[in-house]
Amino acid sequence: MGGGVPRKEDPALVTGQGTYTDNMKLPGMLHIALLRSPFAHAKITHIDVSAAREQPSVVAAFTGEDLADEWAIPIPCAWQVADDLKTPDHWPVAKDEVHHVGDAVAVVVASDRYAAQDALEHIDVDYEPLDVVTDMEEALKEDTPLVHEDLGTNAAFTWPLEVGDIDDAFSKADVVVKQRFIQQRLIPNAIEPRAVVAQPDPVNGGVTIFSATQIPHFLKEVLALTNGIPENKIRAVAPDVGGGFGAKLNVYAEEILAVALARRLDVPVKFVEDRTENYQATIHGRDQIQDVELAATSEGRILGMKVDIKSDMGAYLQLGSPLIPLLGAFMYCGVYTFGAYSFKCTGVFTNKTPTDAYRGAGRPESAFAIERMVDLLALELDMSPVEVRRKNFYEPFDQPTDTPAGLQYDSMNIQPNLERAIELAEYEDLLAEQKRRRENNDPVQLGIGFSTYTEICGLAPTQITVNVFGGAGLWEMATVRMLGSGKVEVVTGTSPHGQGHETSWSQIAADALGVTPNDVEVIHGDTDSAPHGRDTYGSRSVALGGVAVHVAAERVVDKAKKIAAHMLEASEDDIEFEGGTFSVAGSPDQNVTMVDVSGAAWAANDLPEGMEPGLTADYFYNPTNFVFPFGTHICVVEVDTETGKVTVQKYVAVDDCGPVVNPTIVDGQVQGGIAQGLAQALYEEAIYDEDGNLVTGSMVDYMIPGAPEIPHMTLDRTVTPSPTNPLGIKGVGEAGTIGAPQAAINAVVDALSHLGIKHIDMPASPMRVWEAIQAAKNGGDA
Amino acid sequence: MRKIHVKVNGRDFEHEVEPRMLLVHYLRETLNLTGTMVGCNTSNCGACTVLMDGESVKSCTVLAVQADGREITTVQGLAENGNWHPMQTAFHEQHGLQCGYCTPGMIMASISLLQENPEPTEEEIREGLEGNYCRCTGYENIVKAVQQAAGQTG
Repeated sequence: MGGGVPRKEDPALVTGQGTYTDNMKLPGMLHIALLRSPFAHAKITHIDVSAAREQPSVVAAFTGEDLADEWAIPIPCAWQVADDLKTPDHWPVAKDEVHHVGDAVAVVVASDRYAAQDALEHIDVDYEPLDVVTDMEEALKEDTPLVHEDLGTNAAFTWPLEVGDIDDAFSKADVVVKQRFIQQRLIPNAIEPRAVVAQPDPVNGGVTIFSATQIPHFLKEVLALTNGIPENKIRAVAPDVGGGFGAKLNVYAEEILAVALARRLDVPVKFVEDRTENYQATIHGRDQIQDVELAATSEGRILGMKVDIKSDMGAYLQLGSPLIPLLGAFMYCGVYTFGAYSFKCTGVFTNKTPTDAYRGAGRPESAFAIERMVDLLALELDMSPVEVRRKNFYEPFDQPTDTPAGLQYDSMNIQPNLERAIELAEYEDLLAEQKRRRENNDPVQLGIGFSTYTEICGLAPTQITVNVFGGAGLWEMATVRMLGSGKVEVVTGTSPHGQGHETSWSQIAADALGVTPNDVEVIHGDTDSAPHGRDTYGSRSVALGGVAVHVAAERVVDKAKKIAAHMLEASEDDIEFEGGTFSVAGSPDQNVTMVDVSGAAWAANDLPEGMEPGLTADYFYNPTNFVFPFGTHICVVEVDTETGKVTVQKYVAVDDCGPVVNPTIVDGQVQGGIAQGLAQALYEEAIYDEDGNLVTGSMVDYMIPGAPEIPHMTLDRTVTPSPTNPLGIKGVGEAGTIGAPQAAINAVVDALSHLGIKHIDMPASPMRVWEAIQAAKNGGDA
Repeated sequence: MRKIHVKVNGRDFEHEVEPRMLLVHYLRETLNLTGTMVGCNTSNCGACTVLMDGESVKSCTVLAVQADGREITTVQGLAENGNWHPMQTAFHEQHGLQCGYCTPGMIMASISLLQENPEPTEEEIREGLEGNYCRCTGYENIVKAVQQAAGQTG
């Protein structure tokens, strides 16, 4: 552990031998194509697939009515977050009404994918358009069209939280800062589109499903419910998966549909979305309106915070939709300690693609809000943004500590972390350059933006989630077994899709067992060979899965030690274990290796009295708390005041996720996360028109950044262990995305605050920035 | 249907294809060379990048019939006798990939970039790879990989 071991995953991937789901070809396999609604809200008044059935190479075609009997339950949402949660029926293929552009209305199955696509044009559908709702505030008004008539409201749920005396805090304040923030809708855009292959077992009535999923274990459980198949007759496999970012943390209509069609037609079927479908039918991220107030003293001490958010669920609740904004509910206080906090979230249905987890999932939203508010407070009080932060930081702690929102953070030591970032960024020089450009009225201004953040990850401690979020069972497990040859198999319940778990878990196991990482094989992602797990999302894998590997490996060593003592005819207390060898204390030449011990364990002819054969151990880990990485990001931008163009000149990130297993992999996760965070700040936005058409319908119009748009990043780390687990380790996969957006926006505002500009919404496109500058010149608000 | 003759990774092939068949589908479905990936349907992402007569092309935007009489190199044609191309080695050593889905196209585009510009600056590398999206790495280590392959790191 601690070494940047090159990845075991790479040889297959750099030689084009990845096993992504669309690479699969099974004998007799057929291809699915879906006809999708062009309307955001409409009744299906007439639908006829008979002409499609006649097309060359078409084996079958179905409407939603044709398939109605296939479903035991609608597509489920797993989180009963509130008593007033409204869950609309959501069928894999719509029956009589569609609720968003891209909602599937019919399916064709053909022997080649081109023919399947062609046949869609022969499906006859009449729609009666209904009123469309796209604006959340409009959606919540009286007498507004309803997305789901039968629910009687567009409010999906309400979820409040209040800690401390909020009215008292605000009445005592010298200054109250108020701001509205827009968390724009984002499209996750993993480069691999979703794909699924369902293979029926005609003998036992079960199915094997191969899917580009982050969650094979959940997929198996949900398919048992939706398709009415006994759980023990389902095998779910995640082969190589080309990125997830939360968009593949779901159970989708097409997976449920592929399984049903494979069993109905008794033949393997494949579905692969194209990118346009991905934009319409794969979940979107973010989409919140946040109204935030911060109460403070004139010295800049925060007294209280009020947060009121509306969160756009889209047309349906997917697996985690209502949970996402609530994951941030406890994090709006950030890295600051103060006395009173209130939060309210209203989930809202609109006629858009459903939202769900997208890298950060609720925590970029909360970190953005508090970090922007702190900068606004600094502006209001004419104080340095660094000073205001320092005034409100927690004193360092390494044990669970209460927070304004009622949770307990595990450990934090942010002061030296901030100092390191300031040093790396050469802050004093930047301030001097900024001052020089302001004095010269330079058309290109310099802005320096800070983001001191923390985040809640390592999903999840079940005792907390069941009470707070209405969901349970997010433990993790590992099996470590040493074979007779001394080689090791690690079975993990995590499901990597780029995070390098095979490499990192090999390092963890190798350290504990005294072998090398190359002696270890890591098995994952297949419910046949890795039957137990809760998969990968929410920066949980190393904090839960890695810890499980470590403890299971230690259990193996414990048993091995007993066997070694027996072999060496010594007391277990006298046995030392070093470098893969057990020896008697004081007599190093009296020793046996792990391989000797393993051979003895499996041969089983001479084991300690009552000991079972074998050298394998399981550990199921039920964490008692979340883990809370933290850090400081500093973003330096140049803003061309004549064109509005923002260029990132420098990006410094000092992140603290506790001890690190593989620093190269951890840095890679931070870099990728920062790129997505900067993309939210500067480039991306999913735009719907008032008829519910997704205007940014392809990569032509939705700007995900390429290499020229992303800056070089300077990374460093501090190490503050967590008391929550024996490795002291915290998650880091989402930290970059959570730390970055406000660093960039704080920088843009900082570049322009001398013009009177206080806020610019994301993305800070050239047009938005330019308009803000014009408005400020004309004396108005942007 | 039209008959095409294509040399791919050093082997000759002859097939009858529909005129509308994309080169990337010919490679993946007909030739079973699934190392080349499809990531979008608008020619933006570059996951499908291959070399055609030595030039980098997006194989989703080339028809199979346009490849008639040409030589194609895909990621699966880079290694010689099991020895990796220096670009493959560089991506591995610099951690220039995470999920690996963009990687074949990114490697082919990077090889093409260095063929045209053997000593690129960091800015020229970033500009040169603007047609290839990666969602995982943030490009930091992809740039380092190209720099290593160009002999700029040591």
